[in-house]
Amino acid sequence: MINKISPTISQALANVQDGATVLIGGFGTAGIPIELIDGLIAQGARELTVVNNNAGNGDTGLAALLKTGRVRKIICSFPRQADSFVFDDLYRNGKIELELVPQGNLTERLRAAGAGVGAFFTPTGFGTELAKNTDGSPKETRRINGKDYVLEYPIQGDLALIKAEAGDRWGNLTYRKAARNFGPVMAAAAKFTVATVHHIAELGELDPEAIVTPGIYVSKIVKIDHVATQAGGFKSA
Amino acid sequence: MYTKRSKNELAQRVAQDIFDGAYVNLGIGQPTLVANHIPACIEVVLHSENGILGMGPAPTKTEEDYDLINAGKQPVTLRAGGAFFHHADSFAMMRGGHLDICVLGAFQVSAKGDLANWSTGEPGSIPAVGGAMDLAIGAKQTWVMMDLLTKTGESKIVQNCTYPLTGISCVKRIYTDLATLECTPKGLKLIDTVNGLTHAELERLLGIPVMA
Repeated sequence: MINKISPTISQALANVQDGATVLIGGFGTAGIPIELIDGLIAQGARELTVVNNNAGNGDTGLAALLKTGRVRKIICSFPRQADSFVFDDLYRNGKIELELVPQGNLTERLRAAGAGVGAFFTPTGFGTELAKNTDGSPKETRRINGKDYVLEYPIQGDLALIKAEAGDRWGNLTYRKAARNFGPVMAAAAKFTVATVHHIAELGELDPEAIVTPGIYVSKIVKIDHVATQAGGFKSA
Repeated sequence: MYTKRSKNELAQRVAQDIFDGAYVNLGIGQPTLVANHIPACIEVVLHSENGILGMGPAPTKTEEDYDLINAGKQPVTLRAGGAFFHHADSFAMMRGGHLDICVLGAFQVSAKGDLANWSTGEPGSIPAVGGAMDLAIGAKQTWVMMDLLTKTGESKIVQNCTYPLTGISCVKRIYTDLATLECTPKGLKLIDTVNGLTHAELERLLGIPVMA
């Protein structure tokens, strides 16, 4: 029998290793799996590489994880936000490495990892500073049918932390509104994927036509209470 | 004598060129104003790169839902017919050339359409790019909406960008508070100016030639 339902977050995250690459879903505050991030903080793994679109808001969630000093490197598209003071401070003091990736390349690199694609040519970033490797050397480029492209490689995760809406014991997931964002691609891109849900459905209860992430990409699901997503990432008018 | 277009007049000028049935992405900041000026007689589908098509206006305070936000992370609504999708689909939509128009702000645009809008290259600043580079090259037409001059009076339309580039030869039109211009491989072409601004005066402000 397949049962991916884990009674607690600490059990679901028991085996996270030091040095792991952790894909964390969410865009701004929507879809950020705060409870799982808190679980990762409690679990204590160190020397992590974190992949998220942003680099934390305020001092909770991802920002709280960064604050522990256990994140060696962050791969993201938009670290600087109105309330990203935890990251800003670490970065300015040279305490965290940053790999800045255009948002579409970031998500496509994750998709490529999940889809088993070895590398891909993308037009995004061609001719810009972001068509360079972190050591400053140029990335490989190619002209295909008269258009210029940059070669980008997949980002494979050891662990993905996803916030979903509903799930069943096979690990099938649905999401809520724009909180879906990186969830489906990250779930597929990691060797081990843990998702929180607000509702655990009976097998067969989720409409097969409406399942967004099929359970094959999911390792564990944990039910959490529904808490309304808070605002963050922008300056209040 | 001439008067600059106000921010709303500029937004209205951009909206005037958006056609019925267009799929449009409005960048963060000033371009979002364009949504308020799309004529009621046409139907336009707004795309938000975090995974929304059919984005509607801001909700009332009591209806705010922070699982339904735009790329600027502010609460929005979903129109009837709207859809959600994941990030890889959203950027594939862009990169795959499915969006008709993308309207962006800019620090600088070159005469041949190079765009600089993600970084001023200031030492010590924290770099952040988001979807800027994807948006710049993704849509069938990329339009820039900005003031023509900086606060200190220098032209933001230049022969060659001095700020770090977002994309090469990607801007098709530049809508500004003083004039509307087209970027072509041969250089700038005039579409319109505000009343009273002559072609010669515009060229003097830009410091580069403009084809009539």
